[in-house]
Amino acid sequence: MATSDADDSLYPIAVLIDELRNEDVQLRLNSIKKLGTIALALGVERTRTELIPFLTDTIYDEDEVLLALAEQLGSFTPLVGGPEYVHCLLPPLESLATVEETVVRDKAVESLRIIAEQHSQSDLENYFVPLIKRLAAGDWFTSRTSACGLFAVCYKRVSSTVKAELRQNFRNLCADDTPMVRRAAAAKLGEFAKVVELDYLKSDLIQLFNMLAQDEQDSVRLLAVEASVSIVALLPADSKEQLIMPSLRQAAEDKSWRVRYMVADKFTELQAAVGPEITKADLVPAFQNLLKDCEAEVRAVSASKVKDFCQALPSDVREQIILNNILPCVKDLVADANPHVKSALASVIMGLSPILGKDNTIEHLLPLFLIQLKDECPEVRLNIISNLDCVNEVIGVKQLSQSLLPAIVELAEDTKWRVRLAIIEYMPLLAGQLGVEFFDEKLNSLCMAWLVDHVYAIREAATLNIKKLAEKFGKDWAQQTIVPKVLQMSKDQNYLHRLTCLFCVNLLAEPMGQEMTTKLMLPTIILMGSDPVANVRFNVAKTLQKLAPYLDQNTIKTQVKPLLEKLRADSDIDVQYYALEALEGLK
Amino acid sequence: MSAKLADRIDPFTAKAAIKSKKQKRSQGSSHYRANTAPELQALPHLKDTPQNEQQELFIKKLQQCCVVFDFMDPVTDLKSKEIKRACLNELVDYITATRNVLTEPVYPEIVRMIACNIFRTLPPNDNPDFDPEEDDPTLEASWPHLQIVYEFFLRFLESPDFQPSLAKKYIDQRFVLQLLELFDSEDPRERDFLKTVLHRIYGKFLGLRAFIRKQINNIFLRFIYETEQFNGVGELLEILGSIINGFALPLKTEHRQFLMKVLIPLHKSRSLSLYHAQVRMYLFVFIAEIVPTLHVIKGLLKFWPKTCSQKEVMFLGEIEEILDVIEPAQFQRIQEDLFRQIAKCVSSPHFQVAERALYFWNNEYIMNLIEENSNVVLPIMFPALYRISKEHWNQTIVALVYNVLKTFMEMNSKLFDELTANYKAERQKEKKKEKDREELWKKLDRLELNSKKNRKS
Repeated sequence: MATSDADDSLYPIAVLIDELRNEDVQLRLNSIKKLGTIALALGVERTRTELIPFLTDTIYDEDEVLLALAEQLGSFTPLVGGPEYVHCLLPPLESLATVEETVVRDKAVESLRIIAEQHSQSDLENYFVPLIKRLAAGDWFTSRTSACGLFAVCYKRVSSTVKAELRQNFRNLCADDTPMVRRAAAAKLGEFAKVVELDYLKSDLIQLFNMLAQDEQDSVRLLAVEASVSIVALLPADSKEQLIMPSLRQAAEDKSWRVRYMVADKFTELQAAVGPEITKADLVPAFQNLLKDCEAEVRAVSASKVKDFCQALPSDVREQIILNNILPCVKDLVADANPHVKSALASVIMGLSPILGKDNTIEHLLPLFLIQLKDECPEVRLNIISNLDCVNEVIGVKQLSQSLLPAIVELAEDTKWRVRLAIIEYMPLLAGQLGVEFFDEKLNSLCMAWLVDHVYAIREAATLNIKKLAEKFGKDWAQQTIVPKVLQMSKDQNYLHRLTCLFCVNLLAEPMGQEMTTKLMLPTIILMGSDPVANVRFNVAKTLQKLAPYLDQNTIKTQVKPLLEKLRADSDIDVQYYALEALEGLK
Repeated sequence: MSAKLADRIDPFTAKAAIKSKKQKRSQGSSHYRANTAPELQALPHLKDTPQNEQQELFIKKLQQCCVVFDFMDPVTDLKSKEIKRACLNELVDYITATRNVLTEPVYPEIVRMIACNIFRTLPPNDNPDFDPEEDDPTLEASWPHLQIVYEFFLRFLESPDFQPSLAKKYIDQRFVLQLLELFDSEDPRERDFLKTVLHRIYGKFLGLRAFIRKQINNIFLRFIYETEQFNGVGELLEILGSIINGFALPLKTEHRQFLMKVLIPLHKSRSLSLYHAQVRMYLFVFIAEIVPTLHVIKGLLKFWPKTCSQKEVMFLGEIEEILDVIEPAQFQRIQEDLFRQIAKCVSSPHFQVAERALYFWNNEYIMNLIEENSNVVLPIMFPALYRISKEHWNQTIVALVYNVLKTFMEMNSKLFDELTANYKAERQKEKKKEKDREELWKKLDRLELNSKKNRKS
């Protein structure tokens, strides 16, 4: 990092600082974002002695500028002379960690966490830890909340006396009297637990966890639940039950739905952390209750965990628990009053099939699938259809096909175009699973109908769908079933449909190959070159350009080029433009 | 297929149908109950009971009213619900009409009954982008009972027999904390009751006052810095505005902190319009008493809206009100920053913002202030005004700007002429500065590239 070649007089700090002080916020922001360049111009020494003190003193600014500053300082270590001097970045970051605006504070903490790593052990104790203590003892809540995020990054690398002080400080923050600070502490409890020695985890942190889990504010309690996931995982199997389960059990039945929601949301992680025994004894009944919760939000998030929870059950009792405990609740959820709950369930319920195997699927799950396929809410039906592959592997799709068809048809004609779009996207998948025969018989006409939908997005998706089908079922099939109908559209009254015909051809050329493209499709395109609507004509030009790679030179010379030349002399300026573009593309 | 046809003909009808279908439920409630409510048996009337047995019956009735019913299902427990309703009504009449019934043993029962009924976790918000101005609030489903409970609570607090010294054991910090959380209720009827209730509690329990203020503060801080979601901001401000009328000088830290860290940052929220009147009123209590106008204006400038024109108009209104009472000396200290912002507002392409800012020139007091400081204000405003007078799309704005330019001309014709003459030169100077800056950065960038190369080699 040589700075000797930089002529110092060229970059007097005053000029640079003027930039940082510019009246215009935007310009100030730009210069702050290039702070690294400025520091480079100044060299490490002057950065340390002049720039950093300046930044520390003029900390009052627009939040946007402060945010950029906080971010910059996180990567400033080389610019102040490497890890040896990294501590000189602490003063400005400390002030930034106390400002009101949350995003600025968070960014400052993030940068502090980065540079903590670069401190030597003695610097950590001499500079960084005192900073944590100052922040933790700050008057205003902002500095105390920021402090919470810094414990975990330095704890491991300090002496045991300092460790004890840090634990004490963290304890104070957990018992702070403003809820904002307690929330911050609860949010960081999990990561702190990961670095604290097991003995102290058992003696100190568990106590803190239990205290936070009993907090009078639900916003604190729910963060404690999040922390519990990390804590449980760290505890040895024999002390999990005694140390943490009482609070967790309580959380699962908390009177606030937010806490129960959090439990449900973290349920599978908890399951992995507590191990099979506690899962069997505690989590199964708790899960049943959450699936029956009185708030739809809680039921929905629990429902979305059904598959993962069942999958992770200990294999010796898995089937029995699913059939006896979980499925009865699932049955109720299929008929839930809230559409979000049903659709959350529908997105995972098919996943139970491989877990339970063929016979159980037919006996227990199939009836549920069939009910959901008839659900009034289109999202539920879509979710079922989109996960058909899970069931297909287990029982084959035949069992479902009779119910599938009406469901698909109804979705295909839904009044909301987004629903139609969604079902189109599943078509190639469905076609693959249902087979060509079923497809020809029942679904082909739907696919064709979408080509003339009145919403462009649907027509576009339909053309793509046709391409995928052609790839799936092969060109012979396409030649017989699709191509004639597509080409038919070139004579449609509506010019939009004629355009759709062109779009289909664009995409079909690739799967159809050179011969069929030349023989079957090109003649129609050539004819369309004299369409009365200019939009169609210039799209013909575009199509010809796209087809060119699939045609031989002779055809291009004898058929394509003459038409393009003709279009180049068209009366419409856009047609001329695209014809010219196509001709250039052909060269 | 008929629906499909319809949205082809008129896409908006279909949209309306979707919107109305998406309409959230109009009622919500969240009492987490483990079991279903037991069936209630009607108790005899209090007035038909001999006096010496009344207290016992009163307590029994209070206990009966602790049972909470599910109102989301309108058909369950109809009979029991009716019994409870009648019972609650009777209780309200009883404590209103009969003297000396608030004896020591009934206090815990009364508070317990109230707590059982009103304290609950508020139901989840159905609509994550709930816009309180556009959407109807979700009403509390159990209101038929809840309303009478609140009514009862108020009568209890307002009763001439009510003794705070007996009640303070039960109406404690924990109680108040839960009460404050309820201010987030979407139901405006509930918030209205809560406002009166909290007001009474504040008035009668001297020991809780500091605590209440602090917790309200915490709610505001959470609203400003964490969630931006709390329905009762306006109500809480109203309460504070009415309980704090008058400050002792010098201003206590608590109040100063409240002003700078709560009241002014409250302007940040996008839902400002919902409680703007209250903030404004409250800010005025401050200004009238202690004149820290300078700080208030600085604060507002810090949080000046960048994209929301409606809020900008509100801010301008507030600034004008403050300028109305500002001391000339204070004005001089803030004028540069202030008028830089006003110059931006005047040049806003949104004509309402520009118009609102230009109205400042109709205010006599502000005009006086500007006139006295024309040598500072004029150079700041002039380039903006000059440009708008040539470029703004809206004719009203252009006309207003001409007026303002005219007043400036009359105010300080010498300076005005200089500015006009120098306008072009100034622009050129600016352009040159711009170029210099670019040059500087180019040099710096080259330097950075070089050093990177050096490091690599």
